[in-house]
Amino acid sequence: MGKTPVTLTLNKAERAGFTDPGENLLNFLRRGLGDLSPKYGCGQGTCGACTVLIDGEPQLSCLVLAETVSGKTVNTTGGLADGAQLHALQTAFMDGFAAQCGYCTPGMLMAAKALLDRNPRPSRDEIAEAISGNLCRCTGYAPIIDAILAATGQQVQG
Amino acid sequence: MTIHKGRGFACINYPIGMNLGGDPSQALVHSNPDGKFTVALSAIDLGQGMKSVTRQIAAETLGVPVEDVYVDTADSDTGPHDMGSFASRGTHRVGNAVIRAAEEARGVMLEAAAEELEVDAGDLVTDGRGNIHVRGAPSRSITTMAASQAAQFKQGRTIAGRGIFLIPLSEVDPETGEMTPVSCFAHAGLVVDLTVDDETGEVEVLQINSAYEVGRALNPRLVEQQLIGGAWMGLSHALWETTEPYYPNRDHGPVDFVNYLMPGPGEVTPHNIAVLERPAEDAPFGGKGPGEMCANPVLPAVANALYNAVGVRFDELPITPEKILRGLRANGGARPQAVRQG
Repeated sequence: MGKTPVTLTLNKAERAGFTDPGENLLNFLRRGLGDLSPKYGCGQGTCGACTVLIDGEPQLSCLVLAETVSGKTVNTTGGLADGAQLHALQTAFMDGFAAQCGYCTPGMLMAAKALLDRNPRPSRDEIAEAISGNLCRCTGYAPIIDAILAATGQQVQG
Repeated sequence: MTIHKGRGFACINYPIGMNLGGDPSQALVHSNPDGKFTVALSAIDLGQGMKSVTRQIAAETLGVPVEDVYVDTADSDTGPHDMGSFASRGTHRVGNAVIRAAEEARGVMLEAAAEELEVDAGDLVTDGRGNIHVRGAPSRSITTMAASQAAQFKQGRTIAGRGIFLIPLSEVDPETGEMTPVSCFAHAGLVVDLTVDDETGEVEVLQINSAYEVGRALNPRLVEQQLIGGAWMGLSHALWETTEPYYPNRDHGPVDFVNYLMPGPGEVTPHNIAVLERPAEDAPFGGKGPGEMCANPVLPAVANALYNAVGVRFDELPITPEKILRGLRANGGARPQAVRQG
C-alpha cells in the first residue's frame, strides 16, 4: 500500500508529510513532523498524554488516523508559547508546581486550553471534568486544578 | 442506609536511606570557562526535585548564584556512581556528596582568586552573587567568572571537586539483632476524616490533616508538592488500586488504565499540611527529604478511620466497597467505635 499525503495547519504553520495506512496522528506528529510535545502514554486512549486540539476540539491523537486530519488545524503544546512568551496556562502550571515528572503535562495543558477556549471562567468542577480523561501519577490533581483556575485569573481557595 | 463518619490517625517514623551493602552517592563538580559550574550526578530526578535541590546545595556551598549552577543527572556513563533515587535517600545522600564536591571545588576557586588578588586564600569570602572579595574589604574583589578563567587560561588549575557520602553497611548483631541501618529518621502524623455508606460500601474521604517533620525543607514548595501528590497516591493504595483484586487468585486483574482504578480529578481530597523543620545533624543543610513517607501514613489512617466509622478491621488492601460490605456482613452490621458529634 502506498503512502498518503497529508497537509495540515500545525501550530499556525502549513505542514505536509506522508503517512502510512493505519498510522495514528500521534506517531505522525512525532515521527513525521518532529513535534515531540504530545506524549505516548498508553496508546489506547485511556491516559490523555497524547491530547491535541483538532479544529479546536480536544482529541486523543493515538486514536486518530493521521490521514483524517488533512486540511484541518492541529494544535499541540509545542505551539502554546508565543516565542519566548509562555501561555498563561504554562506560567500558571510553573508557578503552581502543577508538574512533577511532567509526562502528563502536555495533555493536561491541551485539555485545559480546550476548556478555556470555550469557557474562560470555569468552576473547579468544570475543570475537574475537563481533565478527567487525563491521568497524573505525581500531583494528586489538586495543583493542576488550582493552576488552571489561576490561569483564568480566578481566586484559588486555600 | 446510613452514612457513618469516621476519623483515623496514624504516625510514621521513617528511615532515610537503606542498608543493603552500604549506601553511597557520589558527585563531581567543575567550573566551566564562563565561570559557571556543572554538577555531574548519576542520581535521577523522577520529578521530586533532585535537580533543584542539588543545584541549591551546590550554589550555597560554592558561594555562587543558583543560576550559575547546572546539574547534569541520570546518565551513569558520564556521572559518578550512585545507588539511585529510592528509599527517600536522594536529598540526604546525594546532597551530602554534592556538599563535599562543592567544598573541594570552592577551595580551588578561592586559591585561584587569591593568586589573582595577591592575598591569602584564607582571607577570601564569597558574596553569593558572583563575587569573591577579601573579608572586610569588599573593594578587593574578583568575579567568580574571572577567577575561573584565570585558573583555566593562566594558572593551569582545575576548579573541580569530588564528593562521596557513604553510610556503611550496618551488620546485624547475631546475639541481639541490633543494628544501626540509618542515621536519621523523618516523622509524620496524619488524620483522615471520611464517611462510609453501609448500603453501598462507598467511602468518601472528606479531608486529610497532616504534620510532617522532614528536617529543613530545602525547597518548601517542592516539599509541599511531594506531600500533596504522595498523599493522593496513599489514598489510592488504601481504597482503589490493585493489580490483583482477588489475590492470590489473579482473576479480574486490570490489564489497562480503564480497569486500573485510581481516584481522578473529581475525587480530590482537601489536605492541610504543616511542615515542621528540625534540621538533622548529618543532613545537607539539615534536609532529610520526604520521599516515600508522603504516601505511607495515609493507608493505616484510612483503615483506622473505617474502624472508627463502622467497627470493622480491614486488613487487606485496597479496601474496596466489596470488602467493606463483606466486612459489615461478618460484623453483623455497622458498629461504630464511638458516636461522633456533628
